[in-house]
Amino acid sequence: MKKIEAIIRKSKFDDVKDALHEIEVNFFSYWDVTGVGNEKEGHVYRGISYSTTDIQRRVLSIVVSDNFLDKTIEAVMKAARTGNVGDGKIFVSEISEAYRIRTGEDGHEGIN
Amino acid sequence: MDAGLFTANNIWMMLSTALVFFMHLGFSFLEIGLTRQKNTINILFKNIFIITAGLLLYFIAGFNLMYPGEFNGFLGFSGFGLSLPDGGLTAAYADGGYTYWTDFLFQGMFAATAATIVSGAVAERIKLGSFMIFTIIYVGLIYPIVGSWQWGGGFLSTLGGDDAGFYDFAGSTLVHSVGGWAALVAVYLLGARIGKFGKDGTIKAIPGHNIPLATAGVLILWLGWFGFNGGSVLSADPGTTSLVLVTTSLAAAAGGFGAFILSTILYKNFDLTMFLNGILGGLVGITAGADLMSPMESIVIGLIAGVIIVLAVSFIDRLRLDDPVGAIAVHLGTGIFGTLAVGMFGDLAGWDQFLYQLEGVVAVGIFCVATSFIILYILKKTMGLRVSKEEELEGLDLHEHGMNAYSDFRLNQH
Repeated sequence: MKKIEAIIRKSKFDDVKDALHEIEVNFFSYWDVTGVGNEKEGHVYRGISYSTTDIQRRVLSIVVSDNFLDKTIEAVMKAARTGNVGDGKIFVSEISEAYRIRTGEDGHEGIN
Repeated sequence: MDAGLFTANNIWMMLSTALVFFMHLGFSFLEIGLTRQKNTINILFKNIFIITAGLLLYFIAGFNLMYPGEFNGFLGFSGFGLSLPDGGLTAAYADGGYTYWTDFLFQGMFAATAATIVSGAVAERIKLGSFMIFTIIYVGLIYPIVGSWQWGGGFLSTLGGDDAGFYDFAGSTLVHSVGGWAALVAVYLLGARIGKFGKDGTIKAIPGHNIPLATAGVLILWLGWFGFNGGSVLSADPGTTSLVLVTTSLAAAAGGFGAFILSTILYKNFDLTMFLNGILGGLVGITAGADLMSPMESIVIGLIAGVIIVLAVSFIDRLRLDDPVGAIAVHLGTGIFGTLAVGMFGDLAGWDQFLYQLEGVVAVGIFCVATSFIILYILKKTMGLRVSKEEELEGLDLHEHGMNAYSDFRLNQH
């Protein structure tokens, strides 16, 4: 099983969510983060200009069985891409065990 | 005087009292909105302290320091507490404008607003205890003494003889600049917030955490001004009160516009906080002469005040003075301008009047700067004015109060 951690623009979240539902990945968690990267946001406050590289993004944590991995990555990538600096990143890591709490099932039954 | 007319006058004055009281909510919201979340409880605490202590102090001594009756024109006192004079509840008391009790409470609400001007400028780093002591002395003594010089019949009101002198309709100098001078001195002695100015001279922005609340605050203050200026007519006289409400609101609108246009030209963005400060600048600017100006003149005064606001905010930053809410620009900057405007526009315009206005500005300025400096300097050298670095970085709410303003607050976005 694999965990996909995708850092995406908040404005792309709905597109990504829809894309995931289309390939029947229906279970994931997400939270908002502040990150530092290449994109700068220009700000002005009471006459003082400042650009901040601290930007708001959303992280999705999607755990899938191995056979879902490639199409999930592709779905997220397509839906989250705008072509501008700051589109985000996707990380993949190995998950050794997974359980569904309600039933106690383990392994692939418990996840996408 | 007809009993109905006396009642009508007094009702308007009581309504105005309530409106001025309501301004404390406006100040609280504005200050919170333009500062950081970690200091919100502290700011609210200061504002609540000001309205409660202010009224009590005005009862104990302030009212009778400000209106001592016959006195030498500089310092007088007609006794502790309140005592209803003969006829105090009749039309004989104040030309039928209001009763003795209304007089006390209306004026008491003004007293508290002078202190709250300082609380915004010193936000996020002043020690609560020092601030409370300063407030007690400044609101308890300094504000009423200055007020006595003009509204109490003192030397400013008779600079040109019995009929001529300094003129301050609702307090551009007597309320706003009294607070503004103290704010300036306090900001100077206190120092800037950590992180505001870089060692190389750069100015950093520290954005406020709740702009909607700041906006609500300014609109509430505008509403309060209906009473602040409307009630300073000291009766419900239809002609004067209706004119004053018009000049007040037009100046507010023009002030906003002046600031909005200039800040957009200078900074190439639409800054809501400058727009809001401009509205306040217009309001403070018209306050000295709201009953003397024509609608057109009040618009001109407002526009100039709005421009002054934008320039003053930037200037104060460049002096390396940190004023999180622009209190010095609004209350001192346009307070002085509004006072001088009485000699430049309106029914009293003229060189003589301009000189009276200037004398008033200077006299009040010297007195307020000197007294606030002495009080704050002594506090600085004894208990200290500023919280420690850790306290400031982690937030006054945590260290001075042990509480969060937003304990259970979570953003819920889709």
